[in-house]
Amino acid sequence: MIELIKQPWHWAVAGVMIGLTVPTLLLIGNKTFGISSSLRHICAACFPADIQYFMYNWKKELWNLFFVVGVLLGGFIASQFLSNPNEFVVNENTVKDLKALGITDFSAMMPSDIFSVENIFTLKGLIFFVIGGLMVGFGTRYAGGCTSGHAIMGLSNLQLPSLIATISFMVGGFAMTHLIMPFIFKLF
Amino acid sequence: MIKTNIDKTAVEEFVCEAPNNQVKKESLASNFKYLIVGTIFGIVFVKAEIISWFRIQEMFRLQSFHMYGVIGTAVVVGLISVQLIKRFNIKTLAGETVSIPNKTFDKGQIYGGLIFGFGWAITGACPGPLFAQIGSGFLAITVTFASAVAGTWLYGAFKNKLPH
Repeated sequence: MIELIKQPWHWAVAGVMIGLTVPTLLLIGNKTFGISSSLRHICAACFPADIQYFMYNWKKELWNLFFVVGVLLGGFIASQFLSNPNEFVVNENTVKDLKALGITDFSAMMPSDIFSVENIFTLKGLIFFVIGGLMVGFGTRYAGGCTSGHAIMGLSNLQLPSLIATISFMVGGFAMTHLIMPFIFKLF
Repeated sequence: MIKTNIDKTAVEEFVCEAPNNQVKKESLASNFKYLIVGTIFGIVFVKAEIISWFRIQEMFRLQSFHMYGVIGTAVVVGLISVQLIKRFNIKTLAGETVSIPNKTFDKGQIYGGLIFGFGWAITGACPGPLFAQIGSGFLAITVTFASAVAGTWLYGAFKNKLPH
């Protein structure tokens, strides 16, 4: 059994489990699923700076912070005790495309060419960590949610604004990958 | 003078996008059940390799069905669950009626959505996987996370100047 769990999980298994998070949160405490809101609660709790957007009773939304601490803990447990003993597999076409951009490490879930601690104070770090992170935080709040709040929770509740947001996420991702990223990789 | 005072103290109506709609008060300890749900969620993220930058690249290059399968299945399961809850008026553990706020359209869903999409492709992470990546020991992602908090703060600071 444990050997089976250690294998990479099929998309259908992950999809069902993520989908079930929606009714689980609703039924155990009338909570609407959404992860990026946690970033807003962190701002409201730590540096509200008299900004109206952060002046609310974040303690009522403490559940959301417990949830994301759980996600962090889950990441730790899965990586420490349930990690895949086999080689990490990336689609061969993706490998070919990314090699052309200069990626050399395909051995782990995140390429060390980019996502290593040594890169934090480099141009790569500025683009992939700082600017990328800023866009994730700013964009999700501007859009009123992320993949969880819009694409999963919103679409589950048949919300048209969530469909519009989800399409925008995808268009943004395609545009970055195909139109902008080739230029970014030329910088290194 | 008086007018500015009123403006300053006027509290914007709080619209949380992932709200707590439970009327009954909860103890601090009762929050641990969300920690457990989050932990399972984080394990799924790692085991299905959703936290991988490569899986996100495969998705945006249309070279793998994996992420489409994950998100598509999650939506179908979520949709069926929500419809069942509504149809049969299934109550929460505290005996309350489930309430899910409707989303209202504004242009932020397009502009913000595109900006998030750019960031998603670069970092290989939406907010959920950020936490799971850090938990998995990718320490550089703490910088991405801090930047995402800063981005959220910047949105709050400039919200009124942005087109919505």
